Amino acid sequence: MKKKSVSQAIGFGLLRFCIIVVLMILVVILYDIFSKGKEAVSWEFLSAMPRNGMTEGGILPAIVGTFLVTVITAILAIPLGMGCAIYLNEYASHGKITRLIRMSIRNLSGVPSIVYGLFGVVLFVQLMKLDTSILASGLTLGLMTLPWTITASEEALKGVPRAYREGSLALGATKWQAIRTNVLPYAIPGMLTGAILGLARAAGETAPILFTGAAFSLPFLPKSLSDQFMALPYHLYIMATQHHAIEKVRPIAYGTALVLIALIFCMNFFAVVLRYKLRKVKVE
Amino acid sequence: MTVVAAQYNRRRPWINPKIKEKLIHGFFFANGMISVLALLGIFALLTMTSIPAFREINIGSFLTGFEWNPTSYVKEQYGIVPMLVSTLMVTVGALLIAIPLGIGTAAYLSDVASPKVREIAKPIVEILAGIPSVVIGFLGIVLVGPILSKIFHTHNGLNAINGSVLLAVMALPTIISISEDALKNVPSSYEQASLALGASKWQTIARVKIPAALSGIIAACMLGMGRAVGETMTVLMATGCAPAMPKSMLGPVRTLTSSIAIELGEVAYNTTHYYALFALGLVLFLITFFINMISDIILHKYEKVNR
Repeated sequence: MKKKSVSQAIGFGLLRFCIIVVLMILVVILYDIFSKGKEAVSWEFLSAMPRNGMTEGGILPAIVGTFLVTVITAILAIPLGMGCAIYLNEYASHGKITRLIRMSIRNLSGVPSIVYGLFGVVLFVQLMKLDTSILASGLTLGLMTLPWTITASEEALKGVPRAYREGSLALGATKWQAIRTNVLPYAIPGMLTGAILGLARAAGETAPILFTGAAFSLPFLPKSLSDQFMALPYHLYIMATQHHAIEKVRPIAYGTALVLIALIFCMNFFAVVLRYKLRKVKVE
Repeated sequence: MTVVAAQYNRRRPWINPKIKEKLIHGFFFANGMISVLALLGIFALLTMTSIPAFREINIGSFLTGFEWNPTSYVKEQYGIVPMLVSTLMVTVGALLIAIPLGIGTAAYLSDVASPKVREIAKPIVEILAGIPSVVIGFLGIVLVGPILSKIFHTHNGLNAINGSVLLAVMALPTIISISEDALKNVPSSYEQASLALGASKWQTIARVKIPAALSGIIAACMLGMGRAVGETMTVLMATGCAPAMPKSMLGPVRTLTSSIAIELGEVAYNTTHYYALFALGLVLFLITFFINMISDIILHKYEKVNR
């Protein structure tokens, strides 16, 4: 009996140690970025152009670039993701084709981000002649985000009780009418939340935009969607590894990392608030 | 006025409702097929862009060559073995760290933690999953690197161990959340039977629940491995990236992903070197595809057994 409780104490101690290590990893990451990044971040840092070979000034073009690319990503990934999820959850029968679609989605979400980058170079930059641009990068990221938005949208659709559909169908509605009036209004908050979470992940990706449009340094704002652009994650990469005066620009790199993390957290927070708010409206 | 219009519409819809429904169905079906098309498209474009490389490079020497030197003036060499070895080294290193930590955390969350702790810990794991790889790579340079160079007395800390540590962080959230699902899906009768036979809670976790959930846990580890193999920015920034055969875990390595990332920026479109980089991408795609397929099959089987 005693031996058993000793082994249990050791075992639970080990498990507790594991989770503490995981929590510590996050604490260390956040602490390091916040404590060293906050000195660099000021209003000027957020609102000015980079100056003096990027050793001074701000990161406004990178913020604007990331914003624009994320908009393109959203325009591609959200409608397609919703449509695909509607097909899978509302229309699809349990057949081979459905299995094939599901398998493709799972595999797409496992394709390395750099492979999406290669795909974007051939399809968007070369074949579609978009050149290295915001549009090409946004479309590449959109494709990468697609499996995430599909999965999230499907979860949201699954959450709508079956009775809603059946009630509507029993009253003589067609299938599409039932979906439009009795399913989508209840699923859309969840769909949007999932989509924003996916976009937050896309906004932090670097590998897919490396060769499809991100630029080393552009001390002006992009004028159209076919311009090259600066992006926060790529800027951080440049500042951390490629700059000629690496030690001198460390504060800027920390500041950029902080802004990027803050942006992603804000998007996540917004998604959660949105879900909460829209749910409340629905109940009323 | 609008009421009249609405009634008129109801009597004579602009299109037969049955056909309309069929069209809508077809529209969503086409939408659903996009994911299949995307996957096939990626594979097809990668293959098509890789093929011209093998007009000048021998496939055998590509797959078994020990030298990667596409810009040599004497003789360009395209051998991917150093990159495969590098990828393997950082991936195995990452898994050695991430698997025990991940399974331990998952077991703690599913069986030991109080509901309150779980409420707090779950979002924390999600936050960890949301940190961009480029930020983790940056911390590899400024935080992990200096620590490693102090411990091992090396010139700088940009080596395979650094990459392994960072990839472990990247793979952890995947391993934790999928292992936890697997542990939760073990029928509670298993646990109850074990406890009723006098086993302690720890014995139940270690000898009943984890073995029962093993297939799911293995799938979780494989998915984590897929992430580690395909991760680009962290290894690009933190492993030193010397294009030679790696000598030890303390030396610089250059994985498949970081080779593509480094060289594609410098190469002219539609040259042999450019095509060779796509061939690297194809190799990478195939490796991760098979890893994901295997974990998918394991997960699928496991779902069936438990139903």
